[in-house]
Amino acid sequence: MAILRVEHLSKSFGATTVLTDVALTVEKGEILIVIGPSGSGKTTLLRCIHCLEHPDRGTIVLDGVPFGRGDGPGAWRPDPPRELDAKRRRVGFVFQRFNLFANLTALDNVSIGPRRVLGVPAAEARTRAAALLGRLGLAEHAAKLPSQLSGGQQQRVAIARALSMDPLLMLFDEPTSALDPELVDEVLQTMRQLARSGMTMIVVTHELDFAREVGDRVLFMDGGRIVEEGRPEEVFSQPREERTRAFLRRLLRTGAPHHPIDHEAPPRMDPAADRRA
Amino acid sequence: MFDFRLIVESIPLLVKGAVYTVQVSVLAIVFGLVLGWMLGLVAVSGVRWLRAIAWGYVQFIRGTPLLVQIFLIYFGLPTLGINIPAYWSGVIALGLNSAGFQAEIVRAGIESEAARSIGMSSFQTLMFILVPQTIRRVIPPLTNELITLTKSSSLLSAIAVLELTHAGQAIIARTFAPFEIYAAVAVFYLVLVAALSRGSALLERRVFVNY
Repeated sequence: MAILRVEHLSKSFGATTVLTDVALTVEKGEILIVIGPSGSGKTTLLRCIHCLEHPDRGTIVLDGVPFGRGDGPGAWRPDPPRELDAKRRRVGFVFQRFNLFANLTALDNVSIGPRRVLGVPAAEARTRAAALLGRLGLAEHAAKLPSQLSGGQQQRVAIARALSMDPLLMLFDEPTSALDPELVDEVLQTMRQLARSGMTMIVVTHELDFAREVGDRVLFMDGGRIVEEGRPEEVFSQPREERTRAFLRRLLRTGAPHHPIDHEAPPRMDPAADRRA
Repeated sequence: MFDFRLIVESIPLLVKGAVYTVQVSVLAIVFGLVLGWMLGLVAVSGVRWLRAIAWGYVQFIRGTPLLVQIFLIYFGLPTLGINIPAYWSGVIALGLNSAGFQAEIVRAGIESEAARSIGMSSFQTLMFILVPQTIRRVIPPLTNELITLTKSSSLLSAIAVLELTHAGQAIIARTFAPFEIYAAVAVFYLVLVAALSRGSALLERRVFVNY
């Protein structure tokens, strides 16, 4: 059974169309890799699935529960805040820039969600957080603040924080692209471990070796549409579409596509406009 | 010749002026803190027209000179029948000004997608992330703001509030020694600012807010 079903998803920021009629399904335990050039809508797709961004229209159903109401030609109506928060809990999100709570230790970053959102007693939340950090090889860093950790360690704590809420689905938004090259491996290793444990994951990444090894399926996005989809060895070795071929050639030549960080965030002109959702 | 005796004789009045400067600045930052937080929270609220007001306010404060804002309150408001003594005009003007900048500090500290990403509600985000995190995070910019305010309060000499700069001017009117006295005034500001910086560094180390 599909754990996530997305249909007819469209989104624009002002005059810029970011997603056009995107559809995808993810099976339980499946690892879906999303690749594509800057501005192709990958990040916005993840943010819509996590309700950090509201689509203009479309359907998002997670484990049988629809997010918002957006079928038909009408505008998307988001769920009421309380419902939205509850639904969002079931999806873990790993940001490009970690976004850890800077004033909390690694342990507290991982225990605050269960404690404050799920109402787990403090001692139990801490024990569970410590176990989770231990599993990801971060036990010795539990008492440190994010500023005392390397980028790779911070990202692994961020993964632990997302896992602490026991999500059905984990979303990764270019989790290694803000890291120094030598720190990428430890994060990918953690993600491999997670994949092996049976977690359902959607990973936006440019790490092709990782994608090939761990991914069950690859989506190539360009210009807000899904251009090509298939098993990693098919898409990487014999891409059907010229755009996919061009992208992969560029990626292989440069090691990484040229893209500034946060390239897909809409331009922020004023505080009133940047929260239009 | 640089006359040190003049400076020594002026110290009592300058100290009095410095006390005024600190008073005005602290009152203004507290006022600005309250209003700034309200504006900052409003700026991220879901209410569109409130957000527009907060935005307009911040734009006005950041886009106009402080001296004009001070004159508007002290010389402008009486036209509408609102008479506020110079001292309080100064506090209000500096406070309103500071609020505009603090609203931005708070707003930037507040937008925590990470908290939303683990399913926290707006209220939980406010209580468990924003307030503790913001308190710690706003201390450095806030002390900067207090330092800026302390220096900006010299503009209140233009409406004859007897703060440090105006105290200096009063002494100069009597002694005709602008070089010595303004130098002394500058040293006083320097000491005030240094004390504030030091205090903020200590505070930052002390205040580790846990959840």
